Amino acid sequence: MIFVNAFLVGGAICVLGQILIDVFKLTPAHVVASFVVLGAVLDSFGIYDQLIQLAGAGATIPITSFGHALLHGAMSEGHEHGYLGIAIGIFKLTSAGITSAILFGFLTALIFKPKG
Amino acid sequence: MLNDPKNYSDNIKPYLPKVPYVRNCLKAFVSGGLICVIGQFLQVFYIHFFHFTKASAGNPTSATLILIASLMTGCGLYDKIARFSGAGSIVPVTGFANSITSAALEHKSEGIVLGVATNLFSLAGSVIVFGVVSAAVLGIIRLFLAQAF
Amino acid sequence: MSRVKQQTWRFDHPIYLSATGTAVGPLEARGPLGGTFDKAYNTLSCGEKNWSDAERTLMRRAVAYCLAKAGRKESDIDLFLAGDLMDQTVTSNFIARENRIPYLGMFGACSTSMETIAQAAQLVDSDYADRVLCAVSSHNATAERQFRYPTEYGGPLNLTQTFTVTGAGAALVSRESGNVRVTEATLGRVIDWGISDPNNMGAAMAPAAADTIWRHFQDTGRSPDDYDLIVTGDLSRVGSPILKELLLEKGLDITKQHQDCGLMVYSPEQPVNAGGSGCACSAVVTFGYLYRRLTEGSLKRVIVVATGALLNKSTTKEKDTIPCIAHGVVFESVKGANR
Repeated sequence: MIFVNAFLVGGAICVLGQILIDVFKLTPAHVVASFVVLGAVLDSFGIYDQLIQLAGAGATIPITSFGHALLHGAMSEGHEHGYLGIAIGIFKLTSAGITSAILFGFLTALIFKPKG
Repeated sequence: MLNDPKNYSDNIKPYLPKVPYVRNCLKAFVSGGLICVIGQFLQVFYIHFFHFTKASAGNPTSATLILIASLMTGCGLYDKIARFSGAGSIVPVTGFANSITSAALEHKSEGIVLGVATNLFSLAGSVIVFGVVSAAVLGIIRLFLAQAF
Repeated sequence: MSRVKQQTWRFDHPIYLSATGTAVGPLEARGPLGGTFDKAYNTLSCGEKNWSDAERTLMRRAVAYCLAKAGRKESDIDLFLAGDLMDQTVTSNFIARENRIPYLGMFGACSTSMETIAQAAQLVDSDYADRVLCAVSSHNATAERQFRYPTEYGGPLNLTQTFTVTGAGAALVSRESGNVRVTEATLGRVIDWGISDPNNMGAAMAPAAADTIWRHFQDTGRSPDDYDLIVTGDLSRVGSPILKELLLEKGLDITKQHQDCGLMVYSPEQPVNAGGSGCACSAVVTFGYLYRRLTEGSLKRVIVVATGALLNKSTTKEKDTIPCIAHGVVFESVKGANR
């Protein structure tokens, strides 16, 4: 069941992105940037956690979850250390993603040649 | 009347190719959904075989997808797939990896420091900037509200 | 040389395209005009280590073919006029560094092909040079990086977007007799009708092409029927019908004669969105296919109107609109010139 939900929710988020590109003529950069902000906003109302409960990877794989995870990390430290905690914790949950993206991106660029 | 410089951009609309909205959305839906299903498989795999919890399995899952997307970018496959899938391969975390790897790869000829490393975030940087700024602002507001009430 | 009315030059002496040379990438070689190019590379990298070098190799080969066919050495050439789409037209600058011919860098975006021919013909006509070598180039990967996204970036498909032609064209302009004459040139004005979408160059450039073509017929007093072909540079599937309608509204019907290099160089099945574009687009079609047909005499008189969008990456991000230009050059076959 979780697989079906992942497909439906993940697909639906991508459709929203396609509509922003086709209908509202946004560039891909604008779309992903807005999605990250959207993820953070939805987290504030606890909606994103419910979405993850429902759809698993369907909610954690789209870039919206990046905004959600940033805010989640910030809040978990924020509750302990106050405002400074936000800065301490903001990358707590997304560290693995960013690190692997930098590492794999860098290594791939060293190994491969652009194909065009 | 097309010979009207002031309203030209409106008047040419009938001449522009029709964007296949429904077909594009369908492609984005299927391809984006499939990437998430692969992610779900990975998540289950990491929970069962490497004893991650449901919450912590997200880390190796994204890392694996990022690795796959980086390699596909290096092999010149990711942009071919994106011609079909549109937002379906831009919105998932694989698109984030593609934007990093493609920018780095593009500038490889300018050297490892000034080319690859400097340009790594030329496209993906905006995602991190907007993510951090929005999370920080919302975090401060929530903390303020939690302390005030 | 004399000027005809407002914007047209008519050359007093017989000026010829003495020889041409073309080199293209793999996709262009597989297109419908594949057999008309001198050199086709199997890979986009043309055997070089990066894209900039690949573009230089294309121009170097096109120039070499042109000189070889004319039986000339670099030292026989009085002037080298060249342009491309890279920052500061480095491809041309670097080729000029190698061939040591006095050099003038040209830039008119994708209209550079005809800008150089018009300028070369004028210099030869007025005795400032005996032999002028012209060259232009563009490369899909260098142009993508310059104007759009990294080549491996998976951006969404855009149906109005054009696809930069990988290739280079060179031509030798002189008074030494040849099979193709350069008789007139109509220089364009910069026209901007408010299109700001860099992915819709065809629509942005159509008014500039229409202006130059309209001016050409006003200046020369001819009608489209006096031409076998009226060829535009890279208006693509989007801009071509707009151009025809713009002129039809003014009472000029070029429907029968019009073709677009961006649509000639690729077949409809090739994945090039709205069609080909770039400096090389009009150059390889003109110096390859059209030159061949003019030489045979199966085309008598042709005007090539190369279109250019004069923008850079910052101007579009700053939400500015796209100024465009078009330069037309008339080529006539020496066989049966008196039509």
